[in-house]
This record gives sequence, C-alpha cells and structure tokens, in this order.
Amino acid sequence: MIASTRDRMQLGLLLGPATVFLAVFFLIPLAIMVVTSFLAPGLYGGVEWEFYPHNFGRIFGFADPAFEEFDPVYLEIFLRSVRIAVLTVIATLLVCYPAAFCISMMPGKWKSFCLFLIALPFFTSLIVRLFVWVLILRQSGPVNGVLLALGLIDQPLDLIYTEGAIILGMVYIFIPFMFMPIYASVEKLDWSLIRASQDLGAGPIRTFVRVILPLTAPGIIGGSLIVFIPALGNFIVPAILGGAKVMMLGNLIEQQFLSARNWPFGSALAMMVMSVMLVTMMGFVFVSGRRRSSMASLSGGQRGAQ
Amino acid sequence: MQDAIVELAGARKVFASPEGGEVKALDNIYLDVRRNEFLTLLGPSGCGKTTLLQSIGGFVRLDAGTISIDGADMTRVPPHLRPVNTVFQNYALFPHMSVEQNVGYALEVRGIPARERREKVGAALVMVGLGGMEKRRPNQLSGGQQQRVALARAIVARPKLLLLDEPLSALDRGLRHSMQIELKNLQNELGISFVFVTHDKEEALTMSDRIAVLKHGRIQQIAAPREIYDRPANPFVASFIGVSNMFEGSIDSGSLVMDRGETLQLGRTLQDCKGRATAVIRPEQFSLSFEQDTRAGIDVTIDQVIFVGAGFELYARTRGGRELVVSAPASARDDVARAESDRRARLIYVPANIHLMPGEGGSQ
Ligand SMILES: Nc1ncnc2c1ncn2[C@@H]1O[C@H](COP(=O)(O)OP(=O)(O)O)[C@@H](O)[C@H]1O
Ligand SMILES: [Mg+2]
Repeated sequence: MIASTRDRMQLGLLLGPATVFLAVFFLIPLAIMVVTSFLAPGLYGGVEWEFYPHNFGRIFGFADPAFEEFDPVYLEIFLRSVRIAVLTVIATLLVCYPAAFCISMMPGKWKSFCLFLIALPFFTSLIVRLFVWVLILRQSGPVNGVLLALGLIDQPLDLIYTEGAIILGMVYIFIPFMFMPIYASVEKLDWSLIRASQDLGAGPIRTFVRVILPLTAPGIIGGSLIVFIPALGNFIVPAILGGAKVMMLGNLIEQQFLSARNWPFGSALAMMVMSVMLVTMMGFVFVSGRRRSSMASLSGGQRGAQ
Repeated sequence: MQDAIVELAGARKVFASPEGGEVKALDNIYLDVRRNEFLTLLGPSGCGKTTLLQSIGGFVRLDAGTISIDGADMTRVPPHLRPVNTVFQNYALFPHMSVEQNVGYALEVRGIPARERREKVGAALVMVGLGGMEKRRPNQLSGGQQQRVALARAIVARPKLLLLDEPLSALDRGLRHSMQIELKNLQNELGISFVFVTHDKEEALTMSDRIAVLKHGRIQQIAAPREIYDRPANPFVASFIGVSNMFEGSIDSGSLVMDRGETLQLGRTLQDCKGRATAVIRPEQFSLSFEQDTRAGIDVTIDQVIFVGAGFELYARTRGGRELVVSAPASARDDVARAESDRRARLIYVPANIHLMPGEGGSQ
C-alpha cells in the first residue's frame, strides 16, 4: 500500500500536534530522567556530568565503595511496594467482582443509584478522605474504642502506620478504578450463555470457570492494570497511613528529590518503578493481543475463502 | 403412563407484570410427552410457550404442580442435573470457544476423554451437515450454520429429550423449510423426543406428531396435526391454525341459525345438539356451483379471485354481508371463470362434514 504524497501530508498534519505534545511533555522528560539516573549526584544537590552506574548499585548491591555500603533497605522497599500493589489488586478484585454482579442484576433505578454511590468519593478531596482513616484507625479512634469497651483488648492496637493500614487505604481509593472495567464486562455478559452451560450439564463451579470467567476476563485484566500501576508508585497513601515507618517507592522517590536532593538516585528509583510497570503492561498486552490476533487471523482466513 | 418421557401435572406459573398485575404464564397445565415423539407447542407470542419449555428444562420454577422426566420426579431438580438439552432461541453459542469446544462442552462436563470426545463431536457435526468446521469460532459462521452448531451441541450427549425454542424463527424462508425437514429426519434418526416451540402454524403442521395449542397459559387442544386441522376444539384453535370460515349461531331443529337470519344445514349426527355453537367450513370444503343447484349451499357474490398456482382463492360475501374464503382446485377452472364473470356463485357444502364447536367467537 503506497500512500500518495498528499495523503502522507494530511496524515502528518493530523498526527503532528499529538506527536509534538508527546515529545515535549513525555519523551524529553523521560530522556532527562534516563540520563540523570546515570549521572553522579553533586555534593549539595545538582549533578556531576560523569557516568556513574552506582545509583542502580545502591539498589542492587554494587554501591559506590567510596561513598557508602550496600543497604538492602531499598530492595525491601521495592519488594514491599510490589507486594502492597499486588495485594491491593487482589483485594479490590475480591470486592468489586461480586459487587459488579450484584449491581448489574439490580432493577434499573437501583443500578444507577449504586453506580452514583461508587463515583461519589471523587467529589471530595483524596487527602481529606485519607485523613479520616487516620482518625478512625488511631489509638484513640473509634475502632480501638469499641474493642476496648467490649473488653476484647487491654491496650489500644497499633492499627495505623502499618502495611495493613496502607493496603486498606489503597483498596479504599482504588475500588472505583477496579469496579468500572469489571462492571462494563459484567454488564455485557450474555446470561443465556450461563443457561446454556447449565443446560449442557455444567454445575455452578464449572459454569463459572469455563463461561463466566473467560467472558469477564477483559474487565478483570483492565481493572488490574489500572489499579496495579498507580498503586505501585503511589505515595499519598503511605505518606498518610504509613507514616515514616512503612515506606513505599513513591515516598522514597519523593524523599530523594525533595529532601535528600539526590536527583540521580531518585531518577534511578523512578526508572525501576517504570520498568516494572512497562513489563506488566507488555505482559498483559501480549496476552490479550495473542487472544485477539488468533481470532483475527482466523476470521481473515475465512473472508479470504469466501 | 408407561410411554411418557415427560409428565407435567397441574403446572402453574404466575409472573408479576410490569403494570403491577399478574400474568398467568402457565395455568394448570397437564401434558405428556411420549417417547420418540415430535411434539410442538404452538401459540401466539406471550402465550407461555417459552415458560413451558423452560420449566421442563429447569430454568423456570413452577409455583404449583409437578414434572417428571423418564419416571423420575424433577420438580425441584436444577437444570444441570436434568437429562434434557435445549436449543435456545438465540442459539447461545459460547463466543470464546471454537465450534469443536462448543459442541464438545456437554461431553467435557461429563468427563469424556478428549479422543472419544473428538470423534463424537465430529459425528454430531457431520449429522447436522457441518463436517470440517471444528476450528471456527461462532462469529465466523452464518446464522444457519450457528443454528446447526447449537443443534449439534444439544444432541451430542444424547439427551432423553431435546427442547427447541423457536429455533428456525431467525432463518430466511428457504433455509427454514429445508431445516424443518432436516429436523424431522434428525428426530427419526436419533429416536429421542423433541419438544418444539413455534408460533408458525405451517411449521407446526408440517413437522409434528402432535401439536399442543396454547393460549394465555392454557392448553387449548392437544392432538395430531390433522385432527387439530379438521376438528379444532374451539374457535381460537380453528382461527389460529388456518384460514377458516366460521359461523356463529344457535342450533335449531337440525340447522344453525345465525344472527343475520342465515342458516346452515347440519349433518344427522349433530341434529340433537342444542344451544350456541360455532361451525367451521374450511375453504377447500366448499365446492363452486351456481344458482340452479338444489344441494345445501350458500349464495354469495364474488369480490375477488386470486390465482395461487395450485388453484384459486375466491373471496366471497353472503347476502348478510359475511365474508368467506373459498379455495378451488385448478381443475375447476371453468367454474371459477364463470363465477368471476357473473360475480356470483353458490357454495355447496356437505352438511355431514361441518365441524361444530361449542361457544362463540372466531377472533383470537
Ligand atoms: N421472567 C419473567 N418475568 C415476568 N413476566 C414474564 C417472564 N417470563 C415470561 N413472562 C410473561 O409470561 C408470559 C408468557 O411468556 P413466554 O413464555 O415467554 O411466552 P411465549 O414464549 O409464548 O412468547 C408473557 O406474558 C410474558 O410477558
Ligand atoms: Mg418465546
């Protein structure tokens, strides 16, 4: 297929603005970050223009011996971040999947009301909502108050500034993001297929595994991606509910840029977050792309045959 | 009953209508499906055909009554444990599975090993004329092919009973006709009972061993096609099953006296009947004649004559203004020509052949 010069010019004009925008606001900052991550930190902030792989070394164990010793704390923070993000995905999935079915089965009026409720949190500030959790979970908060009053505990529990508190906060803020794609795929589900499965002798479990799950998989995959990626780099939730005790990658990066003024190390950390996200994304794209392309090639073959 | 595969007794199902009232979808249904029988449920839209079918399949829970399949009580048994398979109205093929996986699903569920499964799937596909399409996806098939896959999927595990909910309604006319014949052949070949739902009377008459005519959740009549056609139980069945000339009136000393003063002579067997009744004379039961004929007949004026290939259809009107339809064979060409030019004729009927039904009203 050879496009005429005219077509190519039109295409260029149409794509131009988007290309320029992406180049200026995405690719150039990205390039700056990549370059910075391989430069040496200046003594009082800023960078030294020399090749310096030890930023990554501080994370993976080949730290600059002149400066400091290897500290596994960064790997710990990295693994904790991945763990928290994965658990957040699982927990939101467990909440949203059944909820999507319940809501999609409701009569019309109730359905729109529930969807409105799910969108409602967006009307208030995220920070305010997270601070409310601080009030709820702190030692003098209502949860400890009730447990103490019931005599179930003698001492107030440390509920806040734990990994659990972070996951709770994450689940709380990411539920709408998980819910929407799942709900969209559940709404599209053709119930007569479930009947057909039962009719052919499949019990509830097999019907779920062989029919309901595959047909709602696009929603599950989409929701998981949309939650995992921002959860991994999130720094507001750990900043408020994790305090100084439980840190995630997002806080670490923020700290490096704003407090420690070590931009190269911050860039290296940001690169790591980004590469995990990219790998995850590409994995999903590959999986769903293979599903789609196998179907597309078949239908293409049929069209050719007719 | 020994030779019944399905027995429904006193089945009732009431739905709440959106307007706040109640809809009796099934109203005290007693129905036996015999072994190796092609039974058709026929009725207008909304009469409860789907509900009846789905209560056999297990998707509708009866409010009252019992259902047994092959001698076992199935009233409270969930669908996946019933020895029954369904061809759904919209086919309901699994879009994420190939044709082979769709058809093999019932076998997979039963734990049949892959090799045996492939053989049976292949055989079922050949049976419905789709050999070699195993690897396709449902969205790569035409409507007729999807229909056949749905059929193959429902018969592959040899159910004791096959339920079909208007399976042919989405197909175009020619394909529908050939599928009717194929379905009937398939049923003979498999030797299992089919319960077939349709609102198309010709389809019902062509294919069925017996037809159950439904209206408002009640069975109006259940009988063989010819019986239903020749001796409808009531005016609703008569009008639903085909074009009919119906005459309402009261019986008086051997004739039916209609409201406009016209009379019909009745056969000797009907002489002793009393009260209000509706008589049926099929269009082909009239023969065309002219005024001087002294046999029992009705004088009419001819409104219109239509050539339909195998014969003629005449639209006639009595003196009292009643509209009648008459069909005349091609051999009566000369009489038809005369009636058309005279614009009048005498319709001869045989009093003994008149079918009389109690009650009134020929409209649905
Ligand atoms: N799930 C349901 N809820 C409410 N009413 C229903 C439901 N299913 C069927 N009906 C009503 O029951 C009657 C019979 O329906 P159905 O069996 O689908 O008729 P058919 O298949 O003969 O067209 C209709 O009046 C229909 O509106
Ligand atoms: Mg129906």
